[in-house]
Amino acid sequence: MKGELNGSSGVMVFAQCSGEKGMNRLAGELAGLGMRLAKDLGEDATVVVCGPGAERAADELAGLGMRTCLVEGAEAVAGSGCVPATVAGPLCLRERPRLVMYGHVPPGDEEAVRLAYLLGAGVTSDCTAMEVCDEREIVLSKPVYGGNVMARFNPESYPYVVTVRPHVGVAPEPGTSVVGEIVRLEASDLLPDGDDAARRGATLVSREQVPSNGVCLEEAGVVVAGGRGMGGREGFESLEKLAGLLGGAVGASRPPCDSGWANSASQVGITGKIVAPDIYIAVAISGSTQHLSGMSDAGTIVAVNRDPDAYIFKVSDYGVTGDWKEVLPAFTARLAEMKRQEG
Amino acid sequence: MEELDIIVCAKQVPDPEAPPSSFSIDRESMSVVPHGVPPVTNPFDENALELAIRIRELTGGTITMLSMGKSISRAVLLKAMATGADRAVLIEDPAAEVGPAAGSATARVLAEAVLRIGRFDLLLAGRQAADTNSGQVAIGLSVLLGIPCVTRASSVEVRDGRLLVERTLPDSLEVVEVSPPAALITGPEAGDLRYPKIADIKAAKGRPCEVLHLADLGVEQSGAPRVRLLDLTQPVRERRCRMVDGESGAEAGERLAALLQGKGVI
Repeated sequence: MKGELNGSSGVMVFAQCSGEKGMNRLAGELAGLGMRLAKDLGEDATVVVCGPGAERAADELAGLGMRTCLVEGAEAVAGSGCVPATVAGPLCLRERPRLVMYGHVPPGDEEAVRLAYLLGAGVTSDCTAMEVCDEREIVLSKPVYGGNVMARFNPESYPYVVTVRPHVGVAPEPGTSVVGEIVRLEASDLLPDGDDAARRGATLVSREQVPSNGVCLEEAGVVVAGGRGMGGREGFESLEKLAGLLGGAVGASRPPCDSGWANSASQVGITGKIVAPDIYIAVAISGSTQHLSGMSDAGTIVAVNRDPDAYIFKVSDYGVTGDWKEVLPAFTARLAEMKRQEG
Repeated sequence: MEELDIIVCAKQVPDPEAPPSSFSIDRESMSVVPHGVPPVTNPFDENALELAIRIRELTGGTITMLSMGKSISRAVLLKAMATGADRAVLIEDPAAEVGPAAGSATARVLAEAVLRIGRFDLLLAGRQAADTNSGQVAIGLSVLLGIPCVTRASSVEVRDGRLLVERTLPDSLEVVEVSPPAALITGPEAGDLRYPKIADIKAAKGRPCEVLHLADLGVEQSGAPRVRLLDLTQPVRERRCRMVDGESGAEAGERLAALLQGKGVI
């Protein structure tokens, strides 16, 4: 699949769709970011979708003003609405984008790397900022050393593949620009042999859905997270109550996950999930580097901790020194009361 | 099931649990300088080694640790090998590029090294290094070697002579069957690396360790797609925290709720 892509131009976004729900929040963010970069480059932007829900996602993305490519008859990566590298590769060879974008969530984070190596292109994962500087240079920022250091890069060969962290792009308001064109492509035109070399030798035997508590941690606008000081499983029930009231998701630092008080899928940090909600409420979390790297980009950070010297207060906007067992029920009850009054 | 020969790719990194203050930036060399932070085996690669040891318990076979760096701490290597690696192959070269822009070059060098090692059934590696956080070497290596790649591998089972790999995904558990040669990529879901016993550390000292230089592999790191590192900066995370008091914790909690609503936060 390796090919010389001289004269490459434009931004191509591979979006993930969520079946019946159409495009997910990240797809809108990537569309917004892709269109902004393309405008700054003076080039075109295209978003690509396939698989279950792609029809609806394509309509929604075109509604944001983006040229949308719907690959019909192509299967998304099993169990997700992500465009596989084997579909993206031939499409990139055909359309010759300069910059290729995936969201930095599974399995897009992995497909992006596969795609880059299939194309012989460079790749930077987990970008937290992207801009176009003079002379149409693309500048990428990403955290290294677990977020203790930010690195800025400038690709020197194109096409270049990036994955973008959730909440970095801003989704345009639907209906504010001219509806984008929807281009339909047949997968069979792109994949002459229909063979997936990257997965040959690995076949799916079974898949079992793991029950979740509803709100996806990475997409939640509010995250209520607990740490070691929660003391046990019961503490997390109080967090769930607060999260439920605010329509948010429950997260955790590493110790509660190691102790089995919280599901390991709810871990926020370098070895867990990276979140950037509008509001992050950290309860009984001391604020280790590993945890901060997963949440320090949140809009407003609120901390409750018994220890007045806990590092978490240094990175928070609002704080209460106290035992969560006293603070949290009163906080939750007061919020519930205010919500009722708003009716 | 036949015995399996496993290669585990493992990078040495400054201990990622070190506090933020222990890293500074050298603008001259454009690199991150850890102060008093000991090197450790990348935690994600330790997960790979642990999974490799569990596979060998099922099938028998050998484990080769493959590591690349400017200089590799023998003490750190020995500790990892004592948990169960049979031998090590090191690509140790002061000219080796290991910084944040070196991902694709590293994958290419490691691919050459794997070809030189020759026969292998499984290639295991962590999904990212805790220093560069690049997350491309393991998957890239599988593409360069043309072998299937199973990411987020958490455990392996042998059933009716078939190799079944469990994958832990954010919302599901998958089981896939793989035919060697294949790559398995790991993270914390594969479990922590076991502790070696003192006797194991002694025994590990006698295990073979081959050292290669880049020139031995005949691969030009500069041949990889290029990305230029422009700068490194330390982000400011600290914010001005407004503390909310009260006669009791409950009162402080109520005041916090009122304040957040008043400010339009909630």
